[in-house]
Amino acid sequence: MKKSLMAPVVLGALALALGGCATPPAATTAAPAGSASPTASVTASDYKACMVSDSGGFDDKSFNETAYAGLTKAVAELGVQKNQVQSSTDADYAKNVQAMVDDKCDIIVTVGYKLGDATLAAAKKNPKIKFAIVDSDYIDPKTGKNTAPANLKGLMFKTSEPSFMAGYLAASLSKTGKVGTFGGAPIPTVTAFMDGYARGVAYYNQQKSKSVAVLGWDTNKQDGTFIGGQSPFEDLPGGKKVATNLTAQGADILLPVAGPSGEGALQVAKSSNGKVASLWVDTDGCISQAQYCPVIPSSVGKAMDLAVFEAIKAAKNDTFTNELYLGTLANNGAYLAPFHDWDSKVSADTKAELDKIKADIIAGTIKTTA
Amino acid sequence: MSESTTWGDRVRGEVRMRWRDWAITLAAFVLALLVGAILMIVADPQVAGNFNYLLTAPGLALGSAWTKVSTAYSALLMGAVGSPQALAATSAAAAPLICAGLAVGLAFRAGLFNIGAQGQAILGSMAAAWVGFSLPLPPVIHLIVAVLAGLVAGAIWGGIVGWLKATTGAHEVIVTIMMNYIASGLLAWVLTTAAFQRPGRDDPISPEVPSSAAFPQLYEQLHLGFFVALLAAVVVWWVLDRSVIGFSIRAVGANPHAAGTAGMNVGRTTIITMAMAGALAGLAGVQAALGPSVNGVPVPLTEGLVGTVGFDAITVALLGRSKPVGIVLAGLLFGGLSAGGLAMQSVAQTPLTLTLVLQALVVLFVAAPQLVATLVPFLSARKARASLTGADA
Repeated sequence: MKKSLMAPVVLGALALALGGCATPPAATTAAPAGSASPTASVTASDYKACMVSDSGGFDDKSFNETAYAGLTKAVAELGVQKNQVQSSTDADYAKNVQAMVDDKCDIIVTVGYKLGDATLAAAKKNPKIKFAIVDSDYIDPKTGKNTAPANLKGLMFKTSEPSFMAGYLAASLSKTGKVGTFGGAPIPTVTAFMDGYARGVAYYNQQKSKSVAVLGWDTNKQDGTFIGGQSPFEDLPGGKKVATNLTAQGADILLPVAGPSGEGALQVAKSSNGKVASLWVDTDGCISQAQYCPVIPSSVGKAMDLAVFEAIKAAKNDTFTNELYLGTLANNGAYLAPFHDWDSKVSADTKAELDKIKADIIAGTIKTTA
Repeated sequence: MSESTTWGDRVRGEVRMRWRDWAITLAAFVLALLVGAILMIVADPQVAGNFNYLLTAPGLALGSAWTKVSTAYSALLMGAVGSPQALAATSAAAAPLICAGLAVGLAFRAGLFNIGAQGQAILGSMAAAWVGFSLPLPPVIHLIVAVLAGLVAGAIWGGIVGWLKATTGAHEVIVTIMMNYIASGLLAWVLTTAAFQRPGRDDPISPEVPSSAAFPQLYEQLHLGFFVALLAAVVVWWVLDRSVIGFSIRAVGANPHAAGTAGMNVGRTTIITMAMAGALAGLAGVQAALGPSVNGVPVPLTEGLVGTVGFDAITVALLGRSKPVGIVLAGLLFGGLSAGGLAMQSVAQTPLTLTLVLQALVVLFVAAPQLVATLVPFLSARKARASLTGADA
């Protein structure tokens, strides 16, 4: 009995002796201006912006994290209050959105099409609260009409546009004449990348009379290679396995569209001694996955942070509408990231051609989808 | 226990044991909350930073730590049991856990490790949801048919395991784990077929289950399914303690060879046990598919609908010592932690991961009574005295 009490007492005393002697800063500097509290530059507001993640969580280095960056940006630049809840299963969504309603949020941003039903129901029930949802819309596929209630805004991204450019870039960089792609699961927000990528490669072949092959996506069948399984987007070994498989078949430039699982492709590229390179999606991989920057020629960006920030800003300034936000190359809501370490490896011709393609896509003369 | 112990000694010993069990459970909570509190303080850089000034300005460090921890724990308590709404949320979260916990616990009693509650629940949710959104039946009948479909689907999925074990000797742990993979693969596939996928959608989600097939909402999130779960616990208690098959189950669980020698059909008992366990786990899936969420309608069938209920069920069953009453209490505890965990996130801004760690800590300490007895000297002294009377079996 004596012995069991000794250890914590000694440890506690040690902790006190080591760490307890500093003097606290004077009260006036206790709250550092600018960093934690935005009072110095921005007037704090009572306006409350809230967010509900899908099952990926706000630290997924990809989808949820980028959307969350939009919320923290709004806190820093608009001085709004924030709150957030992470979901762990699909059954949580309605409960979690309700928790944010109960917390008296003024705008609630939900992340991911999986929250589509729960968000729509909450928006109908709470007409005074504004809602925005990332990666979902309420456009009737038959009539093309927006069926969202007045307080609900869909935030969508035309990722096929920068993916098309990435496909063209990959084809120009490939030495084996084969490029690859794979997804986490066959859902529209994933396949849009893969399809745009394959079309970009096809465009390269057509322009240059080449025959670069795409492994992992068949444009005609609209089907390809996926990790699958219980948690396809949180399965790094699964991503690595699929990436290894594609490189074994000869692909030397990869496009993983699988959230955190995609890091498996970056690992394969890193250990290939320069034979294989891998693009990144959602964010600029050279920033979010900095240790892999040397093997990332470019990234297909999806500016969810920008879209979320703009939605919160509009809601705060009373200019919020239910009109669908569509991120494109034209409004920088979707973009091809800088080449970083690969800047010298991409030829000046290719850069000029990519600029031309971007202009053509914006002008509508190149179609990036079926 | 020696022959000379009197009846009075035994009763006194029993009472002491009961007291000790409760004391250990209570101590387990206190320890879990203490460790959780330390984690919360360490994980918050602002609060942890204040501990640099512990000797010079103790008020600052201790005050901020106290605020942090007390806000989080009062949110947990309020979110779990603090209001009628919170209790309703707890009951809704507990219902599937109780059903799946019974599925694992019942199999334990027959000496079977049912790791397949997950797959059985997935099959149950698939069948119940399908009846719900595709068959146009009148109210009441619709609900009954949907529930029965879920029970039967789970029973078949579990029964296959029992049959394989009884006829081929295949180990149920391996078979149930593989059946889990097959079940989740099957669900992922059916959600892409016309029979299950919502018209006009290209992501894997089913149509909504109409209210005629949903468990009626009684108060806020409290729905009829919770009472169905309690009824299931009563049925399991009756089967185990009062029925012939229950006697076989316990006998096979205690010693299959002896049971076989005594004339019991071990294979048949194994199949029946696994089918019943499968039906109970299927009922957990039914709860997920037909239980109305906060917005009044059941959550449509998706790949992640049942979550990890089949695996949480193993903990629930262990915590409840595989007894129906224990499983109901353990299920309520888990339900409360889940409902309170959301409040911890939304009210006290505690990250989800910390909430999950706290739940794990409670289970860890409750499930390891010896560890608690070692950490709390007072209880280990009690234990020594209790074992002197011979009641510590």
